[in-house]
Amino acid sequence: MKVMNCPLNGPRNISEFVWGGEVKLMPDEAKTSDRDWADYVFLENNTAGIVREWWCHMPTSYWFIAERNTITDEILKTYPASEIFKSRVDFAGAEP
Amino acid sequence: MLPAILPTGLLKYGFRKKYPAFRYIPPAKELKSHYDVVIIGGGGHALATAYYLARNHGITDVCVLERGYLAGGNTARNTAIIRSNYLTPEGVKFYEESLRLYRDLSQDLDFNILYSERGHFTLAHTDAAMRTSRWRAEVNKHLGVNSELIYPDEIARLCPSLNMSDDVRYPILGALYHPPGSIARHDAVAWGYAARASQMGVEIHQQTGVTGLVIEGGKVKGVETTRGRIGAGQVLQAVAGMTSVVAKMAGFRLPIRTIPLQACVSVPLKPFLDQIIVSGSLHVYVSQSSRGELVMGGSTDPYGLYSTRSTLDFKEGLLGHMLELLPMLGEVKILRQWAGMADMTPDFSPIMGLTPVENYYIDSGWGTWGFKATPVCGKTMAYTIANNAPHELIKPFSHERFLTYTQVGEKGAASVGH
Repeated sequence: MKVMNCPLNGPRNISEFVWGGEVKLMPDEAKTSDRDWADYVFLENNTAGIVREWWCHMPTSYWFIAERNTITDEILKTYPASEIFKSRVDFAGAEP
Repeated sequence: MLPAILPTGLLKYGFRKKYPAFRYIPPAKELKSHYDVVIIGGGGHALATAYYLARNHGITDVCVLERGYLAGGNTARNTAIIRSNYLTPEGVKFYEESLRLYRDLSQDLDFNILYSERGHFTLAHTDAAMRTSRWRAEVNKHLGVNSELIYPDEIARLCPSLNMSDDVRYPILGALYHPPGSIARHDAVAWGYAARASQMGVEIHQQTGVTGLVIEGGKVKGVETTRGRIGAGQVLQAVAGMTSVVAKMAGFRLPIRTIPLQACVSVPLKPFLDQIIVSGSLHVYVSQSSRGELVMGGSTDPYGLYSTRSTLDFKEGLLGHMLELLPMLGEVKILRQWAGMADMTPDFSPIMGLTPVENYYIDSGWGTWGFKATPVCGKTMAYTIANNAPHELIKPFSHERFLTYTQVGEKGAASVGH
């Protein structure tokens, strides 16, 4: 079985992970039009090549980021989300 | 050693130039500098569109561009199941029209597509699946589609080879029974459309990849190919799997993820399974082809990929469940395996019709439900191109539906894509 390196738990079978899709920056929902919000939610780059994605190690519910090549099925790099997201996103504060 | 009587007459006949082998599709010519319609992709949907453009709308200056060989993508990689027992009225009407066209397709094309009506059983193993089955049956019947919910006694009578025991991980509680469910020879569908379309003047160019689009002032003017630039009045992209890559050339994004869908066949067995058996909960579908092979498929891969590799994980998962349904297959060997690249959409419906680029049309989002829609896609996309307006049946499938929050949720009716 294919093995993925979890930044928290080390190398694990790929069946322990769930794919979360490409990393995109969330727009401010209080200031975004419905159309732009739909763009953020639904539209995909669906890149053929190297992508940066969310993955989750299910047994530990640990979300992290992986870079992989979608043509060759190679996992290039995995690292904690904190390497990209430096500040905490406050969802509660965004209520209209 | 030569046989005592050499059949020289027969040999001479065979080598004589007077009786050349019949070619359904004429050999490729040089590309012209301009066509009224250029179709990117040479699969079933593209060829059907070319056929209906010529037959229904008299548009014959059409060029089909295929990067590889004819119908070598998902047209060659599906499990050839045809049905119309969907969940939403939009979906049911659309697939029912496809089934209707399929029924007469062999006559229509004068090409035997080996259409075989089998009866389609979507097994339910949970209360939630029973509820969805009942829901689908009611929507189906309301729209005139032959579809009903049946219970274990009836299933056992109609499918005697199924394991109806309670002593399994997921006992069978009921099934959505769809008698018109069918299978057909997938290659023949594509070849039939290609043959008749080229007889009417459509040009088919294989080994001709599209590398770019010529767009001026928001309007498509032509395509760049590996054999040079060609001008085009209208362009259709019908490139399942590579949809996002080609759409990027046209400058727009879509709600599509490319995810492999794997399938396999067993060694040929004597005919024993008349029906098409599907289980959404077990992620299994199986039917027996006219060659005797069991054609088996499961769910899409757990993550997106632009690749058609096969995995052992997939087969272990699929065949474990298969053995629960048909335990007598324990000693049967797998003969072939393959994968296709499926365009998965968030609502499990296709994306068809006009695009943000003028005179540029799209036929995409054919996740795991594309083969059954081949004729109706051809017919409706041909209409859409000829009239520059979406056909009534495909209006709900516009790419705009995601931006206006009007999705057509077919997840409950897509057998196993989830």
